[in-house]
Amino acid sequence: MAPTRGFARPYWVALRYMIVATVTLGIVFPLAVLGVGQLVLPAQANGSMVTDADGTVVGSSLIGQSFTDDDGNALPEWFQSRPSAAGYDAAASVGSNYGPENPDFLAEIDARKAAISELEGVPVADIPVDALTTSGSGLDPHISPAYALLQVPRVAEARGLEESQVHDLVESFIQGRDLGYLGEPTVDVLRLNIALAAL
Amino acid sequence: METWLAVAQFATLALAIALIYRPLGDFMAHTFTSAKHLKVERGLYRVVGVAPDSEQSWGAYLRGVLAFSLIGVLLVYLIQRLQAVLPYSLGFPAIPEGLSFNTAVSFVTNTNWQSYSPDVTMGYTVQLIGLAVQNFVSAGVGLAVAIALIRGFSRRSTGTLGNFWVDLTRGTFRVLLPLSFIAAIVLIAGGVIQNFSGFTDVTTLTGGTQSIPGGPVASQEAIKLLGNNGGGFFNVNSAHPFENPTPWTDLFEIVLMLAIPFSLPRTFGTMVGDKRQGYAVLAAMGTIFVVSLAALTTFEIIGAGTGPMAAGGALEGKEQRFGVAASALFGSTSTLTSTGAVNSMHDSFTSLGGMMTMFNMMLGEIAPGGIGAGLYGMLVIAIITVFIAGLLVGRTPEYLGKKIGPREIKLASLYILTTPVLVLLGTALSFAIPAVRADVEGTSIWNPGLHGFSEVLYAFTSAANNNGSAFAGITANTPWFNTALGVAMLLGRFIPIVFVLALAGSLAAQGRIPVTAGTLPTHRPQFVGLLVGVVVIVVALTYFPVLALGPLAEGLQ
Repeated sequence: MAPTRGFARPYWVALRYMIVATVTLGIVFPLAVLGVGQLVLPAQANGSMVTDADGTVVGSSLIGQSFTDDDGNALPEWFQSRPSAAGYDAAASVGSNYGPENPDFLAEIDARKAAISELEGVPVADIPVDALTTSGSGLDPHISPAYALLQVPRVAEARGLEESQVHDLVESFIQGRDLGYLGEPTVDVLRLNIALAAL
Repeated sequence: METWLAVAQFATLALAIALIYRPLGDFMAHTFTSAKHLKVERGLYRVVGVAPDSEQSWGAYLRGVLAFSLIGVLLVYLIQRLQAVLPYSLGFPAIPEGLSFNTAVSFVTNTNWQSYSPDVTMGYTVQLIGLAVQNFVSAGVGLAVAIALIRGFSRRSTGTLGNFWVDLTRGTFRVLLPLSFIAAIVLIAGGVIQNFSGFTDVTTLTGGTQSIPGGPVASQEAIKLLGNNGGGFFNVNSAHPFENPTPWTDLFEIVLMLAIPFSLPRTFGTMVGDKRQGYAVLAAMGTIFVVSLAALTTFEIIGAGTGPMAAGGALEGKEQRFGVAASALFGSTSTLTSTGAVNSMHDSFTSLGGMMTMFNMMLGEIAPGGIGAGLYGMLVIAIITVFIAGLLVGRTPEYLGKKIGPREIKLASLYILTTPVLVLLGTALSFAIPAVRADVEGTSIWNPGLHGFSEVLYAFTSAANNNGSAFAGITANTPWFNTALGVAMLLGRFIPIVFVLALAGSLAAQGRIPVTAGTLPTHRPQFVGLLVGVVVIVVALTYFPVLALGPLAEGLQ
């Protein structure tokens, strides 16, 4: 084997190396992961899809949905997700990227405060922070337990259900912190609403 | 409460790193010093035409690095330009020239700056055979250069540093590939997707439609973090629930980012035959990491600023499942390594919190820094440190038995000057050239006022340091930013590598001077303190004025 020298030689080696790397790392590796994922963990590998009571796929438990009318007004019979810069368009994830002093950001917080206060009939001071801010992904599937519980009376009234029944449902959907201390407690809004519809 | 949760999550992370440090560090040392080639490796060397046992001078080693990277840029450029005719492209057209250049450079330099939104730009084929391949091999290149510098210290009176192709192969195929495979499977278990389904249209509960994306995400996610690349499969990166579904996958991803950079000091200590030297470097890295993390976490928990105070907390741009503490830990880790992945939007951090992410990159990404690059960056600072210590006591400086003479100091000084010049020049030019300024202010900047300046400063800091994260409100897909950031990434990656390999060559050529009573011990707390001091002073003096124009001014309003 000739030693690696000469001006053009490393480029020729590099080109051949990249072809081998492309096949092994760019094709074989992801296909191997695909094979194991699809065989051993198919539900997760395919997006943790969830079905309604009839067995129809209505979304992914990991991807948030909006529960508003076409004008963006909250539908009172559903638990509401967090505000979203992406409008829960799962094909185009995006955050607001508002800086902390951006006047548009301040205006949106004020508008949300007014809207939520009116919808839920609660004082502005009782509204939790996740209800007033957009998530990083624009697809956040979760709200805080506080925001879910805040919505119980309004949802119960809109559906003609006992408040205690809806309250118990929310309680059963509260997911604590991982290992008791990682992250924050959450409620998966889509799964909660599916169960709500089945009540 | 919030503080204690932050402390508990940090303690878990520290424990994980402590458990990984020795086995992974020693495994890498063995990988790069073993004389044995695996059978498949011999096959690879035959196919590509490399004599694996031939040693290279620093010049030959460097020519290998540059040739390999140039071919990489050309290939990734070509693949993007051909997207329209490639399979599994989801109907996306070819990537335009300027963006293709920026993206090709970005992934080859281990930066993974993304001027584009992948959700609506990149099909599966480009992501897999273009971008993800570079995620592996650009990390392999960084690792190889660090190993070459270690050999500069460990070898005596020789003209050679090893063989680039062998180091690249071992780092990529023995270290990164198996770890990535395991990590990808763990991520799938947590909910990260791995399929080729394209978009699945579902009818939502309220009767609307939602297009749920598919894709080979887990395989890309694993190497994105392990190789300190950071380029997301989706626009919002690790904030996307399909990239990072739960708090425990979040912590796992943080461990992946830190595993190799924090273990490399062990590799270094083992290879130079004095493990205490590795612990000293680790201690300096760890000290800076902890202090910086504490500062960023505190700023975010306090949640100062008009917006966060109006909302009742700094949760804008953050996911409910992570909350403030886990977002601060991820942001710190991503910018203290050269990863650039995000699980929350740095643009929406509090002013001082956002400043910390910038400051972390400005430190030169050495605590622990990017794969390989963090260690070689820290060793260059160590050389500066022994030089300053030598001046104080009036002795010729030495480090690990090597004399630090004028040539070594010149190379180290040029190394630490390179990125600040690129950052400050790029930012200044964005506002100094009238036509560019009009475009930057009219098209690119998203947030008004001081924060808009910070977006531009962040972009050049990220590009020149090969981080890749952004104050993502900025619209960077413009001729100016695609070009200027592309150039900053190229020069910010390869000029320092030239100096490091030249330094390695000049160190390897030296013999070993014996330790005497006058030798400055470089494994004691005193040296660790000096090292940390030099890092902070060099950076603070360089960047303080420009930080005062942006985030600092905004935070102190």
